[in-house]
Amino acid sequence: METANKTGIQSSATDEEIIQHLDRVIQESREKPGALIPLLQLTQKMYGYLPEAAIKKISRELKIPFSEVAGIVGFYSFFSTVPKGRNVVRVCQGTACYVRGGNEVLSAMKNELKIGVGETTKDREFSLEVGRCFGACGLAPVVMINNDVIQRVKPSKIAESLKVYRVKP
Amino acid sequence: MITLSINNTRIQVPEGTSILKAAELIGVKIPTLCFLENYEAKGACRVCLVEVKGIKNPVTSCSMPVAEGMEVFTHSQAVRKSRKFVVELLLSEHDGDCKTCLRNDDCELKALAMELGIDRVHFEGERALKLIDDSTPALIRDSGKCIKCRRCITVCNEVQSVGSLYPQGRGFQSSIGPAFAHMLNSVTCVQCGQCAAVCPVGAIVERDHIEDVWRALDNPDKFVIVQTAPAIRAALGECFDYEPGTLVTGKMVTALRQLGFKKVFDTNFAADLTILEEGTELLHRLKKTLVEKKEAFLPQFTSCSPGWINYMEFNFPEYLNHISTCKSPQQMFGALAKTFYAEKIGVLPENITVVSVMPCTAKKYEAQRPEMFQNGIQDVDYVLTTRELGRMIKQAGIDFRSLPDGEMDTPMGISSGAADIFANSGGVMEAAIRTVYEIVTGRELPTENLHVKPLMGLEGIKKASLKIEGTKPDWSFLEGVELHVGVVHSLGNARELMEAIQNGEQFHFVEVMTCPGGCIGGGGQPRYTNDEVRLKRIEAIYREDEGKSLRKSHQNEAILKLYAEYLKEPLGEMSHRLLHTHYREKEQLGF
Repeated sequence: METANKTGIQSSATDEEIIQHLDRVIQESREKPGALIPLLQLTQKMYGYLPEAAIKKISRELKIPFSEVAGIVGFYSFFSTVPKGRNVVRVCQGTACYVRGGNEVLSAMKNELKIGVGETTKDREFSLEVGRCFGACGLAPVVMINNDVIQRVKPSKIAESLKVYRVKP
Repeated sequence: MITLSINNTRIQVPEGTSILKAAELIGVKIPTLCFLENYEAKGACRVCLVEVKGIKNPVTSCSMPVAEGMEVFTHSQAVRKSRKFVVELLLSEHDGDCKTCLRNDDCELKALAMELGIDRVHFEGERALKLIDDSTPALIRDSGKCIKCRRCITVCNEVQSVGSLYPQGRGFQSSIGPAFAHMLNSVTCVQCGQCAAVCPVGAIVERDHIEDVWRALDNPDKFVIVQTAPAIRAALGECFDYEPGTLVTGKMVTALRQLGFKKVFDTNFAADLTILEEGTELLHRLKKTLVEKKEAFLPQFTSCSPGWINYMEFNFPEYLNHISTCKSPQQMFGALAKTFYAEKIGVLPENITVVSVMPCTAKKYEAQRPEMFQNGIQDVDYVLTTRELGRMIKQAGIDFRSLPDGEMDTPMGISSGAADIFANSGGVMEAAIRTVYEIVTGRELPTENLHVKPLMGLEGIKKASLKIEGTKPDWSFLEGVELHVGVVHSLGNARELMEAIQNGEQFHFVEVMTCPGGCIGGGGQPRYTNDEVRLKRIEAIYREDEGKSLRKSHQNEAILKLYAEYLKEPLGEMSHRLLHTHYREKEQLGF
């Protein structure tokens, strides 16, 4: 995940490595301003979302009020306080994608997954989000599934695009 | 210095001054709903827009510093139009009904809409999400009325270092409050009400107890008595358009009597009592450490301010042994009213209703703490803020300004000037020093007018040292001892001092008041309280003190009689049962 890579962690790191890394980062950055967001990113990488207990720990360790940490988590759409599916689908609703049918793609995606934006399928396979421009406007409309960019998406082809991400029966 | 012109008037101001401040200096008032003096401008409400020649769009004057040669127009046609537009947008989102809002008579948004001549709102649409948080005994929040100005966030975080409120979420869905969906009672809110004191609208208000008090007054079986905190007499007048700093003690007494209270008493009486109990406690602790060489948990902290007690219970539980075990004056009064006084007048304690008038919202919380009951009977039944008393007097149709002066009833209405100054930062310490010094040396405190100058005023952290010499034989262990005392007001300063103490700074006695300026700046006082108002109220309180012949708590005859007849001695068995309490660590969501 690109967010985690900024913190210097390989996406192949094990949970244990991440926990060790988190503790080390907390120790190093306790007094430094600006430590909060990288720590939240790391934590989200660990759990797939930000559990309240983890937010409390970070708030205490960094001596930043819990209400402030929660406010920051709520402000950035990349942070989630509910568990995510194994695959995160983000449908771009930026201007270029929107005018080229991004909204129809989103509707089709909702129908296909039978969930709304911000929700996760019962089998925890997929979460659905909207994006606000991935910087690939020339390929509009665009959908990102995990780190893959799917270009020039047609509503009718969505089921097929998702197939490769489903667990093999 | 920077030279600029505002509305074609040339003015020189220091570099870094905001346009808002510069305009104020030449007597031009630019409206704002979010600015708070002494704190960085947030530019959140957008109401203070002005026109600057050469800049295309209007700028927020609170956050825009002056520049050389700047030409500012504060009330041009373009400015008036933009300002009206901004306020209309705020009104379109604001989910409140002025007719039934507690802020009806002092709402800043309503006043501004009137001032700008807004006769209708051109925008219709979605309103702010309406969530009511009535989880605490002191405060009620209504997110629908919130205009997200963020003043409460500045006081909760920067002034008080409490950190219960912060913007949650983003965009139209954002709201101001504790983390996630938590209510105030599950976070480390100390219920000081400073948020309610700065809120421009009715989004945070005190829990109103007026109806409860009316019901008690209407009940013929109840003997309803009232106590008023020292800070009320220097602020209640503001509810009736008196200048801040006007003393209205006598009119207040008459008004309370006309409202139907059987006896009008004074929390001051219990403040004098507090000095004897807390001063004796300090001397005991000093003896324990200096003579017996035992751990006596110094410094001793004052315990009058319930917001501060909450703060310690949440944030510094390892220091709870340091807080004086004295109940606050409000609670000492309540406990005595339902024992000593009940016996004296032959009324059963359950038939006595004690009403307090306090400058404070946290007092509402304090009164219902489980420690503040005896045999199932609550020491203080209802707490009204200064603002509520103002409303109640109006409800009763009393023409406050034309009232004659009245006198407090005896015995619990008799008090010294030392009790008056409990109202402001430094006052409890000064009152204690007046008494402790005289007990230990047999001489009057040798300072000008009995004041302890370094402890007066609005500086955040104040310190003083007092060398004790010429002690009486009983107190010879204090001979030559230099007593270090500290005084802080507002919890942000308290945290700073606590951290200094953790790092080894030495004090014997520390006074803490939760609110800026002390109780005269409490969360329940008339709005709007700024430093200018605080200083005026403080001046009034010192005037009240200096105007009395009785200036020291230990010379209050009514208190001496209370000991002779009932309590026997300070820290005695009766005192322990009625006047002292304990504290407990509270785990809630905070830092």
